[in-house]
Amino acid sequence: MQIRSPEFKQNARIALTDVGLQKALGNVKTGFPDKRAKAVARMPEFDALRDQARDLKNHILQHLDLYLEIFEANVIKQGGQVHWCRTAEDARQTILRLCQEAGAKTVTKGKSMVSEEINLNAHLEAHGIQPVETDLGEYILQLRGDHPSHIIAPAIHLNLEDVSETFHQHHHKPKSMDAAVLMQEARETLREKFVVADVGITGANFLVAETGSTLIVTNEGNGDLTQTLPKTHIVVSSIEKVVPTLEDMSLFLRLLARSATGQEFTVYNTLSSGTKRLGDQDGPEAFHVVLVDNGRSDMLGGELQEMLRCIRCAACMNHCPVYGAIGGHAYGWVYPGPMGSVLTPQMIGIEQAALLPNASTFCGKCEEVCPVRIPLPKLMRHWRKNEFERHLTPQAARWGLGIWAFFAKRPSLYRLLSRISNLSLRSLAGKKQRIEKLPFGQAWTQMRDMPAPSGKTFMQQWQARNKTGHNS
Amino acid sequence: MKEPSTQPLVGFFVTCLADLYRPEVAFASIKLLELAGCRVEVPSQQTCCGQPAFNSGDNKNAAALAKQTIAAFADYEYVVGPSGSCIGMLHHYPELFEERDPWKQRALDLKARAFEITSFLVDVRDFTQIQSRFQGQVTYHDSCSGLRELKIKQQPRQLLAQIPGLTLTEMEDAETCCGFGGTFCVKYPDISNRMVSNKAESVHQTGAELLLGGDLGCLLNMAGKLSREGRRVAVRHVVEILADEFAQPALGQAADASLAYPA
Ligand code: SF4
Repeated sequence: MQIRSPEFKQNARIALTDVGLQKALGNVKTGFPDKRAKAVARMPEFDALRDQARDLKNHILQHLDLYLEIFEANVIKQGGQVHWCRTAEDARQTILRLCQEAGAKTVTKGKSMVSEEINLNAHLEAHGIQPVETDLGEYILQLRGDHPSHIIAPAIHLNLEDVSETFHQHHHKPKSMDAAVLMQEARETLREKFVVADVGITGANFLVAETGSTLIVTNEGNGDLTQTLPKTHIVVSSIEKVVPTLEDMSLFLRLLARSATGQEFTVYNTLSSGTKRLGDQDGPEAFHVVLVDNGRSDMLGGELQEMLRCIRCAACMNHCPVYGAIGGHAYGWVYPGPMGSVLTPQMIGIEQAALLPNASTFCGKCEEVCPVRIPLPKLMRHWRKNEFERHLTPQAARWGLGIWAFFAKRPSLYRLLSRISNLSLRSLAGKKQRIEKLPFGQAWTQMRDMPAPSGKTFMQQWQARNKTGHNS
Repeated sequence: MKEPSTQPLVGFFVTCLADLYRPEVAFASIKLLELAGCRVEVPSQQTCCGQPAFNSGDNKNAAALAKQTIAAFADYEYVVGPSGSCIGMLHHYPELFEERDPWKQRALDLKARAFEITSFLVDVRDFTQIQSRFQGQVTYHDSCSGLRELKIKQQPRQLLAQIPGLTLTEMEDAETCCGFGGTFCVKYPDISNRMVSNKAESVHQTGAELLLGGDLGCLLNMAGKLSREGRRVAVRHVVEILADEFAQPALGQAADASLAYPA
């Protein structure tokens, strides 16, 4: 996927005036936060579960190597194989090789953000293998040559009209605005693909160490067909998805569904444990788990380690007022919203992602809703610190900050500066008491007025009062 | 730990914005503190809490300003200020120092003594003597730092409920950020503008004549937007109403009412 994060500001400006996008974004609030709030209200122990989940994740991350090795041993016991990939490139090559070994021409795919992260589809296509997305949202995007703008609702930026038009073009059927009809069309088309696919690729929401199983949650059931029909099943997952036991997994599932969609439980929770056994009705003959690191192990032991607790529920973006205003594409890479503003710099480099950790008011809503209590504002601040130390902060901002700090560290000079600013603002405002155009503050006054100071500075007035004997 | 004194000595943290834009907010706060039985002083060595540096990743300057503030308020039983955001910054100070640095302990000590004004009145002083002649319908914006870092939600409402002539109509999404965010509003003006427009609409929908809040940054942002849109909603810091100090025109309003709104 082409990186467009350096153009974040421009992307945001375009997004704000995109009528269709703005209409689609209007569905986010009713679709997610309202439902989450209801689900949370029905569960008094929700916050206690969040604490447990945070602590458990911390424990896992402390012993990540151990749990991954147990997981691998159990995958092998179940007849599968684990492939360790340090980089996105390693992962792409490994999956391509596995597909080629299986003689694959088409592969079906369940929804997987990690496959987006490693840019898998383009790589397979370039080598003559046709990937077919089977998640409805991803399928629509693939037809349109588009990318997900949200980690659990990839096509949230589209409206029904867009889907209708796309299907009309690709399915060659009469145009319909009925969601049920469109769904049926997609089902029929995809069914043919399921049957002929040589390989099924899915992601994983969790990897269970004690059984060597991988789990996916979906509301469409497409994942099941993707992984049971083809002869080869490849699971692509990042390393931090491992949990010790099935019981631990269920703790996260309870939080995940409620935080994501406000469901008590996702409709399909599908465990895959190795290859088809004697007596099994279906299942793959070959089972591969491709474990992707891609910068994650570098986050261990540092401030960013907390980000690895993320269970990809999307609550942070669903509740983010910045995401809500501009949508996911503006962020310019795979992971949008607050979690993306922390992860993206790690994966594509802070130089390219510099604007993302700054695009937050630090309102703290994301941290408030995160089921595993990731302090997202603190982690964005980590990147801002990194940018400042490495002189990536824009020069003008550095100078401004430097001048301001020079005064702020010298109280009597600071008083003088306040008095001068106070006086200039008041004379600019005149009797109207507000400024409609501020010479050095266009960014403010283009959008809103600047109220004027109501009188002399407090410190001036306070001193005057105390001098004249009024000691309040 | 020392027994809290009956007439504690409070060091008042003015905040840059109250100093520069709205001295009334500082005077009203001091009046309330005195009504709540405190002795109040304004240390002259204070300037800014350092938040602009901290949020820009400039921890060196943030730490220098933290030290300056810690020293200026070393001798007070409490530190109180009219802003959840600035007091929230004081609560961040311990993060700026290493475990073994002696300033770490001093920062933790300051944090334990630092309160936003409405939370101090309610949580520390259990103050129930609000006397205000204000009459009218208001709505309240919960500023993010106060709400989420200092858990300020009920305190201002509890105090406002003591005013007989006042009705509070809650707006939709009172807890949603107004888009100010310090330097955010000038770094990302388009996004900020969308956020504050949404907020102005929510405020307008309540039909309230007055918008109140506890942070001047957010209030300036919202007042500026409301006046630009020609909406007839006045904006004040909550302490002005609580202290019965609302003779002065509201934020950005002219003394001469005919100049108050675009014709
Ligand atoms: S950061 Fe938290 S809220 Fe955001 S996707 Fe991850 S788990 Fe969910």
